[in-house]
Amino acid sequence: MSVKILKYIFLELVRSKFILIYTAFLFTFSFAVIYIGHDTAKAVVTLLNISLFVVPLVSLIFGTIHFYNSGEYIQLLLTQPVNRRSIFLAEYFGLSFSLSAAFLAGAGLPLLIYGLSISAALLLFTGVMLTFIFVSLSFLSSVLNKDKVKGIGLSVIIWLVMSLIYDGLILVILFAFSEYPLEKFILILTTLNPVDLSRILILLQLDISALMGFTGALFRDFFGSITGMVTALILLLLWAALPGLAALKVFSKKNF
Amino acid sequence: MIRTEKLKKKYGRFEVLKDIDINLAQGQVTGLMGPNGSGKSTFLKSILGLVIPDSGKIFVKEKDIKNKFDYRKYIGYMPQTANYPENLKVKELFKIVKDIRTDKKDYDYELYENFRIGETENKFFGQLSGGYKQRVTAAVAFLFDPEILILDEPTSSLDPVSVEILKEKIIKSKTDGKLVLVCSHLVPDVSELADRLVYLLEGKILFDKLIPEIVNGSGGTLGQSIKKIIEKINSDNEC
Amino acid sequence: MSGKDIEVCSECNVKTIREAIDLTEDGDRIIIKKGIYREYDLTADRSVEIVGEAGAELDIDFKGGGITLTKDNSAISGLTVKNMTVSYVKDLSAIRIENSKDCRIYNNFLKNTFFGIYLANSSSVEISGNYIEGNADTETSSGNGIHLWKCGGVKIEGNRISGHRDGVYLEFVDSSSVRNNYSEKNLRYGLHFMYSDNNSYTQNIFRDNGAGVAVMFSEFIEMTENSFIQNRGAASFGLLLKDIKRSVISRNSFSENTNGIYMEGCNDLEMMENEFYSNGWALKIMGSCTDNILIRNNFIDNTFDISSNSSRNTNKYSENYWDKYEGYDLNKDGTGDVPYRPVSFYSMLLEKIPDGVILLRSFMVDLLDFTEKAIPVFIPETLADENPRMQMYDYD
Ligand SMILES: Nc1ncnc2c1ncn2[C@@H]1O[C@H](COP(=O)(O)OP(=O)(O)OP(=O)(O)O)[C@@H](O)[C@H]1O
Ligand SMILES: [Mg+2]
Repeated sequence: MSVKILKYIFLELVRSKFILIYTAFLFTFSFAVIYIGHDTAKAVVTLLNISLFVVPLVSLIFGTIHFYNSGEYIQLLLTQPVNRRSIFLAEYFGLSFSLSAAFLAGAGLPLLIYGLSISAALLLFTGVMLTFIFVSLSFLSSVLNKDKVKGIGLSVIIWLVMSLIYDGLILVILFAFSEYPLEKFILILTTLNPVDLSRILILLQLDISALMGFTGALFRDFFGSITGMVTALILLLLWAALPGLAALKVFSKKNF
Repeated sequence: MIRTEKLKKKYGRFEVLKDIDINLAQGQVTGLMGPNGSGKSTFLKSILGLVIPDSGKIFVKEKDIKNKFDYRKYIGYMPQTANYPENLKVKELFKIVKDIRTDKKDYDYELYENFRIGETENKFFGQLSGGYKQRVTAAVAFLFDPEILILDEPTSSLDPVSVEILKEKIIKSKTDGKLVLVCSHLVPDVSELADRLVYLLEGKILFDKLIPEIVNGSGGTLGQSIKKIIEKINSDNEC
Repeated sequence: MSGKDIEVCSECNVKTIREAIDLTEDGDRIIIKKGIYREYDLTADRSVEIVGEAGAELDIDFKGGGITLTKDNSAISGLTVKNMTVSYVKDLSAIRIENSKDCRIYNNFLKNTFFGIYLANSSSVEISGNYIEGNADTETSSGNGIHLWKCGGVKIEGNRISGHRDGVYLEFVDSSSVRNNYSEKNLRYGLHFMYSDNNSYTQNIFRDNGAGVAVMFSEFIEMTENSFIQNRGAASFGLLLKDIKRSVISRNSFSENTNGIYMEGCNDLEMMENEFYSNGWALKIMGSCTDNILIRNNFIDNTFDISSNSSRNTNKYSENYWDKYEGYDLNKDGTGDVPYRPVSFYSMLLEKIPDGVILLRSFMVDLLDFTEKAIPVFIPETLADENPRMQMYDYD
């Protein structure tokens, strides 16, 4: 049943053309970056910036808009013998897969053409994880707000917090408590934000020399180990699962 | 076939349904009337599972519907306002619902044909006129020849000819032994179609009577009778 | 002058090195045949040449030091010396030369050393082709691979040194050269100059040391064609310069170090045609550095190019290639038309809060850098390369 619903969600997404525009944008940008730079390592740095910036933003905003726009569709399905949970999961995976595919095609193909490095592979992996995470958050933001404008507003706030304000706070903490040994604390703080976690996983490949200076060694030792990698993966998966499950819980009780 | 027990629903602090107990049998058309905002649509949606009640129970075919969805295959539903996806073509809409309902293969195209929906099948649902939208929702509701029909103001936008077509269909369904629950503000609709009238007021059942009972008790038209009953209840309450 | 040869072996008349030394006169040779000799604290107080044949091994067995030469024109070669005592009181060494000149120490294999080769108050000594392998685990309990104190005219060439506190340590040494050595995995520095003027080091490789090379309180040091590779760690540098004047750093390659070069209190250095590749910081140049010149260097794939803690700058940057340069060259003369500013706001922040490096490449950091670029407040206006090159230099 979910598979059938998935099919219609895919059809609808294709119809909306946004996914295609997103793919085209990523592809053009990545290709340009790699082509101009002639250097995949440097391209990965630029792509890292845009992927950490764009992927959460697009997933959140488009996810929210999509969820509201699907309201009618969901209502139609709900008059039929279809499980609410199936509808929700189909919406979630339909959108996450589409956006991930767009990301992989848009950013991944150019990288693949020029030779895939570990850092590039990690970039693609975290991009996909971030897509799932932020679609999950967008659905939560949508089900918590009846009003579309408020929902999008909340999504923008979530994005600002995760991509900007959180890091700003870390900087403030570092300044305010520069006398104290904060490495472990900062390590935990950054690990808790999926954007930061993704960023650091890639940095450990790209900027290991700079990172080795300070907390970096701590990070490398941790994420270089199996425990660390598993922890990172679990954290990212939790970030994808928990908001989504919370949204599902609200959705299951929602009145149409 | 449909039974509710102490059904309660609040929107925020506002109580929309207060202890609704009702028992609807097959082969019967039940009319649901009541002032605007009295909770009629909310009640119908609760049965569909579109609205989740706060407490109380709903049984469809003797089974508690809580956390269930499969029972909806017995129900054809016409919403009060047709919120179907605007960017779907009419034919796609039918295709999708048929695709989803794998349990039924023999469709009832009577309304589809009589409403001449085929002529608009390439239009987007959003482009249809209000009446045509209602025709489409009606045709969808009857498409799977369901045992239960829940119709929320089904004639409100229909032209006179279409109204008659729909009414004939409803009566036919009743004689086929189906359960029909129809919400309407139109007294003629109710008097022509219904065997029984449930009157909701502020989320409570004010009265629940068979039509002959209502009319015989007062003499006069159904409308006048309803008005009298309400007045009587009100004055009783004041004493 | 040619003296006699004295052979040492278990079947020979002379069975120990100590006996052999006692039998020598100035100008004699001691030939040590294959075999393990368990002796220690030997001193040759006459001009002798000690030659180890293949398999000749002096096993000190953790009882003290190795051989000390105290006369001019002495030499040790081909000998394996191993298992030295770690001493906190005495600078025990495998091979030691004191107050002598014109000596040679070559092709020896020193293993499990405390100090490897120790020169005090000597001159015109050649130390070449030695393999010196320590297993230092803490700085305080370890000695240096090659240690020179108050020496002049020493040539250190083609040695391979690892596992010491400093690979090569020079204190009050002048007119000496360090060439073509390979120094790796030493706890502190691959090569260390203290108060040593007029020296040079060339074509050496420094890999994975606490820091590659430290040059402190010295003048007129020529540093050319060395490779500083993967010297990474909390306070790690390819090259650490402290209070250095009038020296030349050219044609070196710094790659994958936490800091390529760290300098403080340095003036009048000329840094030319070096390549900085994939370092955390290519160059950290503290406010106390003045009048240094950086010219025609390549900066490629470094996380940060230049970092400084000061808002004043008197150093000159010119004609370098910066891969981060985003300017244009309209007249096609190979030089960018707008200056390149190699210091970012974020890198200055990091001087105050090093742990902030964890925010590297965060959107917020980019935003800060962007803002500072648009409205410069903290970064000295003069800290710029007015003639950035458009193309990478090919030095070969
Ligand atoms: N989703 C909702 N959220 C909050 N309040 C709601 C919601 N849906 C309905 N209500 C309120 O519940 C009350 C009952 O609404 P309902 O639609 O059931 O009335 P009705 O009897 O169908 O009225 P009408 O005759 O106008 O169709 C109304 O006051 C309405 O404002
Ligand atoms: Mg209603």
